[in-house]
Amino acid sequence: MLRFLLLFSRQGKLRLQKWFTPVTEREKKKVIREMTLMVLARPPRSCNFLHWRDLKIVYKRYASLYFCCGLEDQDNELLTLEVLHRYVELLDKYFGNVCELDIIFNFEKAYFILDEFLMGGEILETSKTAVGIAMEEAETLQEVTPPPPPPPLTHTHGHLSLTHLPKYVNMFSVLFTDNGGVYE
Amino acid sequence: MSPSVRLQEMIRVIRGARTQGEERGVIQRECAAIRAQFRQADNGTRSHNLAKLLYVHMLGYPAHFGQMECVRLIASPRYNEKRVGYLGAMMLLDEKQDASLLITNSIKNDLSHSSQYVQSLALCTLGCMGSAEMCRDLAPEIDRLLRASNSYIKKKAALCAVHIVRKVPELGELFTPASRSLLSEKNHGVLHGAVVLITELCERNPETLEQFRKAVPELVQIMKGLVMSGYSPEHNVAGISDPFLQVRILRLLRILGRNNETASDAVNDLLAQVATNTDSSKTAGSAVLYETVLTVMDIKSESGLRVLAVNILGRFLLNNDRNIRYISMTSLQKIVQTDHNAVQRHRGTIVDCLKDQDASVKRRALELSLALVSAVNIRSLMKELLLFLSSCPPELRAHTTSGIFNAAERYAPSQRWHIDTILHVLTTAGGDVRDETVPNLIQLITTATELHCYTVHKLYRALIADISVQSLVQVACWCIGEYGDLLLRGECEETEPVQVAEDDVLDALETVLQSHMSSPATRGFALTATMKLSTRITHNVDRIRSIVSIYGSCIDVELQQRAVEYNALFKKYDHMRAAVLERMPVIDKSSPGHTNGESAGGSIKEMEPTKRTQEVVLPQEPANQVCDLLDLLGGSGEPPQPSPALSTTMLGPVSSTAGGDLLDLLGGLDVTPVPPSVIVYEKNGVTLKLQTDRQTDTGMTITLTATNSTDREITSLTLQAAVPKSVQLQMKAPSGDVIPAHGLGQVTQTVLLNNPNKVSLKMRVRVCYTSQDFVCQDTVQIDSFPSPAW
Repeated sequence: MLRFLLLFSRQGKLRLQKWFTPVTEREKKKVIREMTLMVLARPPRSCNFLHWRDLKIVYKRYASLYFCCGLEDQDNELLTLEVLHRYVELLDKYFGNVCELDIIFNFEKAYFILDEFLMGGEILETSKTAVGIAMEEAETLQEVTPPPPPPPLTHTHGHLSLTHLPKYVNMFSVLFTDNGGVYE
Repeated sequence: MSPSVRLQEMIRVIRGARTQGEERGVIQRECAAIRAQFRQADNGTRSHNLAKLLYVHMLGYPAHFGQMECVRLIASPRYNEKRVGYLGAMMLLDEKQDASLLITNSIKNDLSHSSQYVQSLALCTLGCMGSAEMCRDLAPEIDRLLRASNSYIKKKAALCAVHIVRKVPELGELFTPASRSLLSEKNHGVLHGAVVLITELCERNPETLEQFRKAVPELVQIMKGLVMSGYSPEHNVAGISDPFLQVRILRLLRILGRNNETASDAVNDLLAQVATNTDSSKTAGSAVLYETVLTVMDIKSESGLRVLAVNILGRFLLNNDRNIRYISMTSLQKIVQTDHNAVQRHRGTIVDCLKDQDASVKRRALELSLALVSAVNIRSLMKELLLFLSSCPPELRAHTTSGIFNAAERYAPSQRWHIDTILHVLTTAGGDVRDETVPNLIQLITTATELHCYTVHKLYRALIADISVQSLVQVACWCIGEYGDLLLRGECEETEPVQVAEDDVLDALETVLQSHMSSPATRGFALTATMKLSTRITHNVDRIRSIVSIYGSCIDVELQQRAVEYNALFKKYDHMRAAVLERMPVIDKSSPGHTNGESAGGSIKEMEPTKRTQEVVLPQEPANQVCDLLDLLGGSGEPPQPSPALSTTMLGPVSSTAGGDLLDLLGGLDVTPVPPSVIVYEKNGVTLKLQTDRQTDTGMTITLTATNSTDREITSLTLQAAVPKSVQLQMKAPSGDVIPAHGLGQVTQTVLLNNPNKVSLKMRVRVCYTSQDFVCQDTVQIDSFPSPAW
């Protein structure tokens, strides 16, 4: 099973944390710090697998975000790379060309998507479409409350024009060239 | 109170803060507002507030005051509030918090809610942070949901059950029937959940494992379906149909097939099919192949299949993708013990991976290379390992050196090669070797008697080149001290001899002694080596004498003590010097478990404590002591037999200093004269002798020995002593109280005197004994003590 899943930026700021075992706040902070240090120190074209304490660490960089998770001994590291990729795909489908800002401003949605995909450290749903369908249906259940007025200069669920905030690059478009791995 | 801002607005403001202090200020204001809002009645913004709090929590600020709000929101009838409430519960509450118990009831209610999305919230939260009590409470509900008709709920219930089984293993039996029936589901999500649940149940309970072995054919069918099925857009990843499910099924088959012939046979075909048909050009396919290989190696598969698996790993080794190379080396590591020859075939590629840029790959390659060392390939492999050592990252160095040493020890083709290898390692990475290396190397050198000349020449060259690597310097000093005469002779068959004069050698040793880079232990080595040379050189003995006397006032106590004792060796015991500093005989390799443990015999017991302390102080000179003491006790002229306990005493405590040059030395040494002892009492055939073992400025250790020359034994012997007021006296237990007749035995007793005020030492001894039925009691006064034995 996965022990934890962390998302952090290239500056080491945490964007999402999911813990699949009970961990004290202090221990959480320690793990986050160590993961951030270890992963950010890795040179660009290195192996995506690390060893830390008794866990295997798998990390992958998508544009400006690092996705990092801790596995137990029995788990398949290559499959976990696929898990991370699937999560990014799900985010991309939901937000439409997702980038880091989406995850910052809509972190609770990122959690909801994650909870439809993983549970208890295991994969919950292997179908690409089922998660998206579940999210849509859940949204319809939400009571109609006036949505917050879209704040100026940030974006809502639409596509982010690259000219506005050039440093937040679209995560998905970088997938094709990232880290030397080739995807579909 | 400022009106609370929307979540996204708050995030924007926080991100706009330019300094950490500004950010803290904003967050403090917001948290205050949120807290106030929490206290108010429901005003429709509760979920927003909690969401804000969760964001603040993610930034690392404390948010425990939101716990009760989570509980309240979970109990709300509105879906969006429930949703945020459950999210908050998963982020802020864990089983250690008391508040988590409060949500048990809400979860229970929500598990029976009419909307599946509310049910799923409850299931998700329970499966994420449910404590053992909550799990016990709600397990029957989960079991009910496992049998529901809704796939969406079933898959979530399955993983929730997995969590419950992990927390409370006994509840596994509750879920076994339902999980069996779930295997016939078509929905991949449910199927996956079922496989995970069954895996968990089988891992924890061997009986359940037996039960589920019957499900192997069914699993094989499912797997075959996945492998042979056509393109399914929903589940396809890089041409593989649902790799997640495939990997999970393979893992379950591995557990079921382990140690079981029938189950293993049933899956042989399937594994062969998967191994050959899976396209591994992308990660998904490689993941499935990897899992297949692990399964093949773990169950009782036929040999053809095993060969296929190892070949797949070999193919992985040549892959361009670093991840795949890493994976293959990890797997090869697991099977290198059992399928050694198969892995040996790929040795070349593995050794090439030592040169990879990536640190993880290097580490794996190192471990695997070390596991592949054998008598056949030791020379070539060692070349590669030594090359690796010169450029390896610092965190791997210690591991590499110890691996090289182990390999060299097991498979060294010749002693010279062995010594060369160790010297090479010390020169390249001497700072990262373990402490036992020095004594081990010294022991090795002494055994290689033909190579003494060669070794000392090599080490001398290394020493004059560089004195910063402590382990190398220590070994070099020891060798020069021991074999200095071979060095000075200037001829050597095996290597180009160095033409040195005595002064050069002494210069080198003095440099080590004076250098600030040398550790205290190293300086001890150098000093002793210098001393040893006094018997091996002819002209510069005076120089050595002066070096030694200089260090007699060194601040380092260890060095000072050595120097003082060597000085004494020059002055008072010059006649013994040659014998003391003779060449060491070959050291026995003994296990580190024997330390100063057992005494060789009752009569030596008394001597043990004093002897041991002396050993620690003078690791180079114990031969003499041991010899003398045994001489005293044995009373005979020939060199006493070395006792195994004595011979193994020293390796333990002194490993970092002298290392190894102790034991088993009694063979070739001359018997030196017995140290002086004074007869303090002689009457009725009973003789009491006093011998000083040790004398320092503030105290001394003496041994009283009583012998009996009458025809009948003396019984009830007691010795009492009195000393001047400021002196402290400690009498150790006597060896006995019966002195056998005719001088056939003796009784000894050690007395420790502590004289901090340095008054003149006098002692009065009262002797009581029974001889031929008379009780005798006498007192003697001792005004002067003999000089110490050494």
